[in-house]
Amino acid sequence: MRIPILKLHNYLLISIQTELDDKTAIQFQEDLLEKIHGSGATGVVIDLTSVDIVDSFIAKVLGDVVTMSDLMGAKVVLTGIQPAVAVTLIDLGIHLQDVPTALDLEQGLIKLRQELEE
Amino acid sequence: MSDQSCVYIKKEWDIVAARQMGRDIATKVGFGTVDQARIATAISELARNIYLYAGSGKICFEAIETVQKKGINIKAIDEGPGISDLAQVMEDGFSTSGGLGAGLPGVKRLMDEFDIVSKSGEGTTIESTKWLR
Repeated sequence: MRIPILKLHNYLLISIQTELDDKTAIQFQEDLLEKIHGSGATGVVIDLTSVDIVDSFIAKVLGDVVTMSDLMGAKVVLTGIQPAVAVTLIDLGIHLQDVPTALDLEQGLIKLRQELEE
Repeated sequence: MSDQSCVYIKKEWDIVAARQMGRDIATKVGFGTVDQARIATAISELARNIYLYAGSGKICFEAIETVQKKGINIKAIDEGPGISDLAQVMEDGFSTSGGLGAGLPGVKRLMDEFDIVSKSGEGTTIESTKWLR
């Protein structure tokens, strides 16, 4: 199972619409970094609207991919985190404080544009 | 009245199977979306611990219904190496696998009741309950 990564101008767009098992999450991490490297994208939006559970492993993979992409020079914004997911993350003690987030894909793209000062 | 079903944890995908079954049962019991997510997340953490540290084991679910209240009971059972320092694994941020160390203390916060029994060399049983409010 692989998560599709779409390219739009200088951005990469990802909408996670599948149940995330560990392998898929790790594969996605690798795929995204490869795609950033190959495309020269400067911004990435990962939309989590359809994700109804984020456990500590998936949270770590997502947090790591934000940091890794940042190291490569691409800004990542996570969008569409569901209320139930936000609640469980805090219960788990995971705050993802350094991770840029936005309400939805549209807001995410606006945020990216601001962060990249385009 | 009770109804018990188990998911055996042997491979990575079983973690997903366990949390899906748990969510289905939680939905049937009548939990709302936030509690469904809490229960599914707790199951995911327990199942991953079995997969990572014991290799194999099982997660059993039971819908509980008494006169006063309804809830879901989750048992995570393995015959792995056991946990030598229980206080340590309940600390936030403690991990031997490079994870976030959020698993067990997280499960305790996500659920209402939490009980862990572990014997070195014999295995670990974690029992946890969430009540419908």
